[in-house]
This record gives sequence, C-alpha cells and structure tokens, in this order.
Amino acid sequence: MTTQTEKKFETVIGLEVHLQFKTRTKIFCGCANEFGNQPNTQTCPICLGLPGTLPVFNRTALEYAIKVALALNAKVSSTIKFDRKNYYYPDLPKGYQISQFDKPIARDGFIMIPTASSEKRIGIHRAHLEEDAGKIIHDSDIKASLVDYNRTGTPLMEIVTEPDLRSPQEAYDYLTTLKLILKYLDVSDCDMEKGSLRCDANISVREVGETILRTKTELKNMNSFKAVKIALEFEEARHRAVYLAGETITQETRLWNEIKQMTVTMRSKEQAHDYRYFPEPDLVPFIVSTEQIDEIRQTLPEFPEAKLNRLKNQYGLNDYDANVLVQEKAIANFFEDCCKIYQEPKKICNWLTGAIAAEINSRNNDIVQLKISPQNLTALIAKVENGVVSNLVAKDILTMMIDSGQSADIIIAEKGLAQVSDDSALEKVIDEILAANPGVVAQIKEGKDSAKGFLVGQAMKKTQGKANPKKLGEMITRRLLNA
Amino acid sequence: MSLNELTAHEILGLIKTKKTTPNDVYQSVISAVREKDSAVKAYVRTCENNADLATLKADAKFPIPTTNKDNICISGHETTCSSKILAGFKPPYDATVIKKLKETGALFVGNANMDEFAFGSSTENSAFGPSRNPWNLDCVPGGSSGGSAAAVASDQTIWALGSDTGGSIRQPASFCGVVGVKPTYGRVSRFGLIAFASSLDQIGPLTKDVTDAALLLNIISGYDPMDSTSINEPVPDYTKSLTGDVRGLKIGIPKEFFIEGLDPEVRQAVEAAIEVLKAKGAVFKTVSLPHSEYSVATYYIIATAEASSNLARYDGVRFGLREQAKTLRKAPIIDMFEETRDAGFGAESKRRIMLGTYSLSSGYYDAYYLRAQKVRTLIKNDFDAVFADCDAILTPTAPTTAFKIGEKTDDPLAMYLSDIYTISVNLAGIPAMSLPCGFSKAGLPIGLQIITKHFAEETMLRVAHTYEQATDWHKKVAKV
Amino acid sequence: MITKKDVEYIAGLARIHLQDQEIEKLTGNLEDILGYIEKLEKLDVSQVEPTSHALPVQNVFRDDVVRPSLSQSDALKNAPQQHNGAFKVPQVIE
Repeated sequence: MTTQTEKKFETVIGLEVHLQFKTRTKIFCGCANEFGNQPNTQTCPICLGLPGTLPVFNRTALEYAIKVALALNAKVSSTIKFDRKNYYYPDLPKGYQISQFDKPIARDGFIMIPTASSEKRIGIHRAHLEEDAGKIIHDSDIKASLVDYNRTGTPLMEIVTEPDLRSPQEAYDYLTTLKLILKYLDVSDCDMEKGSLRCDANISVREVGETILRTKTELKNMNSFKAVKIALEFEEARHRAVYLAGETITQETRLWNEIKQMTVTMRSKEQAHDYRYFPEPDLVPFIVSTEQIDEIRQTLPEFPEAKLNRLKNQYGLNDYDANVLVQEKAIANFFEDCCKIYQEPKKICNWLTGAIAAEINSRNNDIVQLKISPQNLTALIAKVENGVVSNLVAKDILTMMIDSGQSADIIIAEKGLAQVSDDSALEKVIDEILAANPGVVAQIKEGKDSAKGFLVGQAMKKTQGKANPKKLGEMITRRLLNA
Repeated sequence: MSLNELTAHEILGLIKTKKTTPNDVYQSVISAVREKDSAVKAYVRTCENNADLATLKADAKFPIPTTNKDNICISGHETTCSSKILAGFKPPYDATVIKKLKETGALFVGNANMDEFAFGSSTENSAFGPSRNPWNLDCVPGGSSGGSAAAVASDQTIWALGSDTGGSIRQPASFCGVVGVKPTYGRVSRFGLIAFASSLDQIGPLTKDVTDAALLLNIISGYDPMDSTSINEPVPDYTKSLTGDVRGLKIGIPKEFFIEGLDPEVRQAVEAAIEVLKAKGAVFKTVSLPHSEYSVATYYIIATAEASSNLARYDGVRFGLREQAKTLRKAPIIDMFEETRDAGFGAESKRRIMLGTYSLSSGYYDAYYLRAQKVRTLIKNDFDAVFADCDAILTPTAPTTAFKIGEKTDDPLAMYLSDIYTISVNLAGIPAMSLPCGFSKAGLPIGLQIITKHFAEETMLRVAHTYEQATDWHKKVAKV
Repeated sequence: MITKKDVEYIAGLARIHLQDQEIEKLTGNLEDILGYIEKLEKLDVSQVEPTSHALPVQNVFRDDVVRPSLSQSDALKNAPQQHNGAFKVPQVIE
C-alpha cells in the first residue's frame, strides 16, 4: 500500500509566447513601430480606434508570420482571416482586438530542444497573428491610471505549444531554443525587457501514469526566462503540496511577484471571459499560395542547429566553441568571414569569444555596430602570431581599433607599439635596470633566481610593454652570468 | 423659383453662364435653413462656426451646397451620430468621401440629423429629437438618414450624403419624395463613416433628381486604399448612363414583395410606374426571391452583432462622453465604462447592442450569427438567380408612406419590418435606389425601388432616369 | 426563452449599467425579437457556406511604409481627461 508521500508526480507545462515583429509600421496602420518614444506620439486615428477608421493589413507582417510558421515546422494556412476578440479594457482602443480565432496562420509545428542525453520534440499547437494593446501605467500620486497607445497595433504573433514540456527546466530550454531560432529569422528584437518577447505559462501536475490532465493554472507577469523557470518551480511545488494535503487546485490566473518570488492569485475578473469572436468584417480574407510560401522558404536563414553542426564539421570546432558562436548569428557570420581571410579557426574563435565578446559586453553593443571588420581583426591576430605585438598589447590595440575604426597597422605605427627586438636598445635598458637595482642583482647572484622576474617587469615597464618578456629574461640571465 | 430649390446640375449651368455665383446659392440655402429648420429639424449642426467648410475654392468644379450626415467625419467639425455618447467629438481627419467633396469644391451646410448610430427607420432615435417630414410635419421623414432626406425635400440644401445599412438612404428618400442611392458595397469608401454594421454600411447620395444622384455618385465613388473592402474597379461617368433608353431591358417583379402588408396606394403607384416603363420599351416578368421573408431576421442578427462590436469603442476613455460612477460597484474602471455607456446610449442603441451581444455570446454563435450568415448566402443566391435573366428588379421602396411620429416607437419589431423591402439588398451587397413615383391621397410621397446586380449602377440609373423623364413627381415641392 | 438573468449577463458583457426597469423592458423586447428570429430555424442550412463579405475581395494589403502619426496634443484632443501626455482613466487595479 502506498502512502501519500510516496506519490510520484509529473508536471505538464504549455507555454504561450507573444512575439512583437519589428516591421517598420504597425499591423493595421502606417504609424511607426518603435519602442521608447514619448507617450501617445506614435498614434493615428486608426490605432486610436477613433470612430470611422478602418484597418489595412501590413504586407510585411504576413511575410514575417509565414517565416515564423516555417521556422516552427508548422502547416501554413492557405486562407487567412481575422476575427474580433471582444472585451473591454482601457488599453484596447476599439473594445475588441483583431486576432485570429479558428483559422490561425500556423498549426501543428514543432521545435527540437536539447536535453541532457540528446534532444526532445516540443509540439507547437498553433501560432496566430494579432494586434498588440497599449500600455497602462498606474499612477498612485493622482490615484488614476494613464494610458499610452504607442504600442497599440504592434504586430504580434502568439506561439502556443502543446502541453509537451515536463519540467521548468524544459520550459526554460524551450524558450532559449525558440528565442535563438526567432533571432535568426530577424523578425523581432526578442527582447523581454522591452516586451518584444513575452511569455505566459500553463502548468498542471498529475500523478505518473494518469492520462488526463488535472486542473491547470495560468502564470503571467514573468519578465525573464529565468523568472519563467522559477515561477514554474514555485507553482509546481505548490500544486504538489496541495495534492499531498488532499486538496484541489483551482483553475485561475496567477501573477508572478518578482519581489516576493512567489505566484499570487490575480484579483479574479468579475466575470468569466466570453470573447464573442466573429469574423472581422473590415478585413478581407488573405490567400497564401504554395508558390508564395516556397518563395519565403527560400529566404529563410540557416537555423542555429544546422549552423552548429556545420561549424563543427567545417572548421573543426569543438561543441562548446561552436555553441558559443551560434548564440549570436552575427558573431557566427563574422567568424566565418574571418576564416575566409585567415585560416586559423580556433584562434579566431578564441578572439571572438574572448576579447571581442568582452568589448561587446562592456560597450553594450553588437558585432555589427562595432567598428571592426573581419579584415582588421584577422590582420591583428596575424601580428600576434608573427610576434610583431604581444598578446597583451594586441588587446589594447583591439580597443583602440574599435574606438577609432583604424587598422592595427596604423595604430601600431602611430603609437610605436611594435615589440622592441633590437638587442642594442634592450641592452641599454638592462644596463639601466641593473644599475638601479643593485640589491636585487645581489640577491640573484646569491641564488634567488625568482627575483629575476622583478627585473623583467621593470624592463617591461621601461619599454612600455613593447619588449618581448621572454627575450628580456634570457638577456638578463646572460648578463648576470658574464658579470 | 429661388436658388435653393434648384438641382445641382441646374446650378452648375447657371454658374457656367454667369447667371449666379456659388456664394449666392450658398446664401440662399443658408436663409432657407434659418427659415425652415426650426420646423423640420433636419440639421443637428450647421457649419456656421466652421467657415473653412464653406469657403469657395478658386478651381471648384462642383461648388454645391452639400449636407453631411452626422455619422461621416469632417476634420475638426463635431460629428456625433446624433448620440450623446459622442458629444463634443471632433475627428482629426476627413472621411474619404469628404476629402473627395472638398477636392471638387463642395460647400458644406451642416450635419443632418439621424437615428442614433443609424439605428432606426424614423429619425426618432436621435438624441436631438426627431426630424419632421417636410410633406407633413406630424410624420417621420424616415431613417436613419431622415435629416438628410428632409433637408433635400425642404430645399434646405442642394444635395446630401446619407448612409444605408438596411435601407437608411432609400426609405427616407421614399418618405420624403427625393432620390436616394445605395451603391454597390465597396463602390464608395467607408473610411470615415462611423460604423453601424461594417459588412452592410454604404454611403450614398440623396438628391432632388436622378441626374444629381449620378453627379454626386461620380464624386464620391472609387477605390480607397484606406478601406480594405472598397473595390478596385474603374468608376464610369454615371451621367453618361442617363440615355432615356430602356428598350429591351428585362425587369423582374418579385412576387414576394407584393403581399399582405403592402399599402394599396403604394401598390397602385408602383404598378402605374411599371406601365410607364413598359411604354418606354422595358420588358417585365414576375420573378421570385424565395428567401425574402427571412431577410429581416437575418439582417437583425448580422447587423446588431457587428454593431455591438463596433460600438464597444464608446467607453469614455479617448473621446466623447465620460460618466463617473457615484459609488463603487464592480471596479472603478468598469463602473466608468458601464455608467458612460448607460448614460450615453439611447434606448434603441442599447436594444441593438444587447441583441448583438446576445447572438455572439458563448453558446449562441452557431444558432444565431452563423446561421444568419448562411441564410445571407441563400438571399444572395436568390438575387444571383434573378439577375441571370433580368437586368433590374423593381419593387416598392417601403410598404407604406411616412408614418406618424410616435406611431411605432413602442413596437421595435413593427419598426424593423418597415425595412422589409430594402434590407435584402444590403445583405447581397448590390446597388439599389429609390425615386418618387407618386403620392398618397394624404399627400405623402411614394417611393419606387430599382435594384440591379453588383456594379450595375449605370443600368439602375438609366431605368430611374427614363422613368423620371416620363413623369413629374420629382418636380413637386414640399411647402414648409 | 430569455430571462432577466440572461439580460443582466449580456448587459455585463456589453458594459452597460442598466436600471431595473430597463432590464425588464429589454427582456420583453428581446423575447419578441428573438421569437421573430426563430423563423430562421425552419431553413435547412447544413449544406450552405456562410457569407461574411458580400463581394469576394481578397488580399488587400498596405506596404510597410511609415506615415506621419498625430502629434501628442492632437491624439489627446478629444480625451475626456489627460495627464502628462497620457489618457487618464479611473484606477485599473490588477
């Protein structure tokens, strides 16, 4: 006989991701689709829902949606129609959201996510297009709420998984994999902080062996993938505890509270949702031909998984290095451009994942924006390999290259940064150092060999790092032996 | 005869021969409004405080005094749909038809009264009170474009815009003895027309004769990239279709329209009109539109469902009326929505929003909305079948002449049934028009409806013009 | 059969705060109208496609080209209440 505590639970998770497209304009009007402007400066009579206005569908939004559908290995609907989802909220100007109800643009897709041993298929139930709502700011000073409609009408794609995820970690892995694919498509900034990628989660817990799903709760208000994971972990534990206590879970929406690190019941809406969907009469149907889909398929990029395998095979990179490179499509491309010029993949990779990554980080920028070309970077790497500059100095040169956009050659020449290998010049420096440090010289002669490092350091300082430290060490040894 | 009593084409002739000026015509119309509108109440707002709208442009092709319906947006000019909920609303943009009228030099007189949000057939549902029928001030002018029709009939304008969702141009045209055209769905842009039922609404002219209807239709028709449902088809010069020749045209008389409920005087007038057109060489045959009896029911599901959604934007947030709740009931924001909409909408608007919301609500969609859309297909197919063999269909516009103010206000269903002959046309998206074809013994006008297939406005206008030339009903003037 | 409770539910969906007497009257009105509409049930529409648009128009797009937006003051011109460039509304509590 099993006791309560011996129960084995299984977690079932489904995710809904909202993705904002980075089209130039909104989905149904010509207002600029930008983030961060002054409130209500990016609106027009159409997206404000003023009486008498009508929507007209943005061609590029459809193209992007088809791209996403194809990237998710989904079936693309041949007929696309929009429906009205009716509900009242101050951020929804028309009192309805133009969305897709029974004919989503994409259904029955999947993506593969990595697991400890291999990979797992996560089904995509559906993905549909809709318009984003505005933003409500709660102003406690004036005891009122303020509405900004700049975001209203931003093209939004909702991507809904099947309930295939079995743990918060899998949910996290799905999100990072999905985000990387979407970034490769170049249809969205995929920036959770700016809200261009948002995620809600559905979770239920059941006993292993059960075939039907138990009551789920919906989680909202997670502002990072990590928050999604922690919120799911919290909720998973809560469900289990409730079942162990012999109680039941209530179907509800819960908000993740980042400060308290817990989910809390959302003040229950005063009535159940009854969205009264019906076909949007202001928009006509859109027919997507197979030719059109094929044309768009041609424009799809190489996806991360394929790129990873190719980088490993073609350049002999190890799994770790290749994985780091594919995390940013631009970095991976930059890597390949470098390899065309200079056939040292491993060295290039080290520079990209080391010094360049540090520069990108400290400048909060990306590789495309940095003023450095594959030509300039590979030229610099070659100089290190040929002993023209030391590795240390090369990193300073890199910083200067990025600051100025100049080549390594110019900077080395202007700043006199080439390694000093002229023996007579170095002899002179060593003379000075030995004369200035008789105590240290004495220690070395008494057999304390390690004090030699101090003299090398002094010499390096004197040459402003331009000397080759190995060579300096050898010359000092020779001088002291001969003395 | 004073200038305000003339048609647009007559005025254009006088301007061309320098016998009058646009300004003289405009002033004549303004004096007529001052003189008559306290009795007729056709206008909810004139353009007195908006001089721009009546400023003559140098190269104006059609400097005609024009009346706008209060549901078509003019930039900077208060537009309210005769509803309290839109009080003070000044659109920051022009409707496409207004843009086109401005481009041709129209001089705007004002906004005409209407049933609130075009919900009605009598103008009694206006928040500003009813307009009156110029032929008998105790009677309704019809609706919802009752103010537009009354303004034209009482010579308080030269021509007017209306909108027609289920007969809202044709029925008031019939009641007021003027010409009213509902164009093919998509012929005229809806951009800037405050929506009632998006899949049925269409803007059209109300004029003193058929030639003016063709002229105004020329101005307002055409593809508009701002309206996804507008049709990209070339617009012919409709005045060219006014040939007076209907020889050999096949005209269908639907037997379902000549049944119980049709006023005998209306029947006689329409039968007489048939004889006139027969004499001009048209060929008549009896046809059947078997699903006609379902049109009113179908219409009231589809139209109110769309309306319930179209009217959701009146929530007190961005424009128009806002009512604050006095006590907290649900939540501050919800209470504001509910108080605003309670205070802002009239009884008929609430009724239609409720009906439309009900038919879309969970569990009822298939039984009501989806079924109505399917019956809509059957009604459309009926017309297709008739037009396979006929060039036009001829019917009464309304089963009766204008009824008394207050007569049907307590019986919404009876009011809905007064649109029985006009509604199916909107469901099918085809063009139709009403023109005067006689008077009752009580001296009230009777309207003749001509229906054609999609984009066959030219045939429709040709039949109407031929009939008009053979009669003089359009020359009768209401004395106010 | 439509009940007072149905009407209250619908009024909630439609966000109209109806007075009791209005609810009573509307219950009767809707009962009448829905009774009339019942006639549609006589028709067999099982093989009929629904019509959403009277004309078969398809694929009407706009190009992804920016058009000027309203200025902030024009956007807010009709606002019943505004504050710091935004539309001001009663508190929305989550």
